Amino acid sequence: MAKPMDKYKWHELNVGCVIEEVGNASEYKTGDWRSQKPVWSDSKCIKCGVCWLFCPDAAIYRTEDELYRTNLNYCKGCGICARECKPAAITMVEDER
Amino acid sequence: MKAIKGVEVSIAASVAAKLAKVEVIAAYPITPQTHIVEHLADLVADGELDAVYINVESEHSAMSACCGSSAAGARTFTSTSAQGMELMHEILFIASGMRLPIVMASVNRALSAPLSIWGDHSDVMAARDTGWIMLFCENGQEVVDAIIMAFKIAEDKRVFLPLMVNLDGFSLSHVIEPIDFPSQEEVDAFLPPYDPIYTLHPDKPVTMGAYAMPELYTEAKYAQEMAIRNSKVVVKEVMEEYGKKFGRHYNIVETYNIDKADVIFVALGSVGENIKTAIDSLKDQGKEAGLVQLRLFRPFPAEEILAAVKGVKNIAVIERVMPAGAPNGPLFQEISTVVHMSGAEVSMTNYIVGLGGRDVLPEDFEDIYNDIVSGKNSELQDEKNFTVIGVRA
Repeated sequence: MAKPMDKYKWHELNVGCVIEEVGNASEYKTGDWRSQKPVWSDSKCIKCGVCWLFCPDAAIYRTEDELYRTNLNYCKGCGICARECKPAAITMVEDER
Repeated sequence: MKAIKGVEVSIAASVAAKLAKVEVIAAYPITPQTHIVEHLADLVADGELDAVYINVESEHSAMSACCGSSAAGARTFTSTSAQGMELMHEILFIASGMRLPIVMASVNRALSAPLSIWGDHSDVMAARDTGWIMLFCENGQEVVDAIIMAFKIAEDKRVFLPLMVNLDGFSLSHVIEPIDFPSQEEVDAFLPPYDPIYTLHPDKPVTMGAYAMPELYTEAKYAQEMAIRNSKVVVKEVMEEYGKKFGRHYNIVETYNIDKADVIFVALGSVGENIKTAIDSLKDQGKEAGLVQLRLFRPFPAEEILAAVKGVKNIAVIERVMPAGAPNGPLFQEISTVVHMSGAEVSMTNYIVGLGGRDVLPEDFEDIYNDIVSGKNSELQDEKNFTVIGVRA
């Protein structure tokens, strides 16, 4: 959105609240909801990519070294990656902010 | 000279949709709406109407498909009754909230249980606050004219809201009436093609029906509320233009013999014709009654009703739905709100008639008039605030 949603007045909204800028969901940082975050043990990681495959928010990405990390702007801390990681390379830790 | 044909009103309604050049029809047949969608399916199958007829498995799907087709930019029509409207209920809000100008012929019928296929206003009154503009028709000619006007109103850039054309089940839908159909050229000159503000199209993608956080929902609903309130002006304009072009003049509130009336009846739908018959008969007996009939029910034409009932001593609100535990029937509550908020001192009474297809006769309204004028109605309504006509005690 062109401005924060709590700044819009009723008559400034599009008819039917249509959103004209597609893909603007990326501006909404869902990582704010997180209480835990995943931490990778790179020595245990077999680079299989299962964590990347299972991440429901597509928040996990592969680094140039073919390791895996999460984008904390969108990681909700759900722990699915840690649950699915066969070599147990991912630990969920308290996210202190 | 124009050819006036005797046609079943349901068939006339589907011919009106054809004249409006609807592009998509998604409907599920339900009595007493069936003949409307059957005839539209025939017109599409025979190649007489260049439209897509979507066979769906329920009314929930019918209204969902209508939302999709309207969002994609197609002029969309559907029709339903009773349980079908209930099954559509949640999608009715979505159509109005997304500001999709779908037109629906709502053939009013009683709700189960007990099962009844016959006419009353239980269905539309349960859907009255879904954000749809609502017109009520008194006869078949009005149904045809209302469906053609409906698209012009709904698709006006100042409106963009769905619209329901209400007609009474069986007492309108299944009767044969003389109908004056406008020609296709006349309708084309009156009703331009649908020009949507936004469409679902891959070349210019948009998001429709996204969620609103608490920071935005109030503003979104307020914008929708202002749209339906302000649509009254457009309804009036379109009715005026229709009158000029087609010679049949409509008002959002119709009045009959109100000037000297001791009692003014307020009513919706086809029952108005019986009330007019009663008024004429009372007049022959030297008694004066009047009728205020709402063609437009949503948005509620409060100012026009107040102007029509100004100075009258008695108002009898006639409706075809049980109050369901409320102090009075829904129409009575709304009329009494606007009348009493205006500070007018008037005696108001509420009569429930014609439930589940029960006959309503002109004599019933003469009795109501006599009860009110003689003061008998006050004892009838002693224990509750409404009277059900014809209930066996």
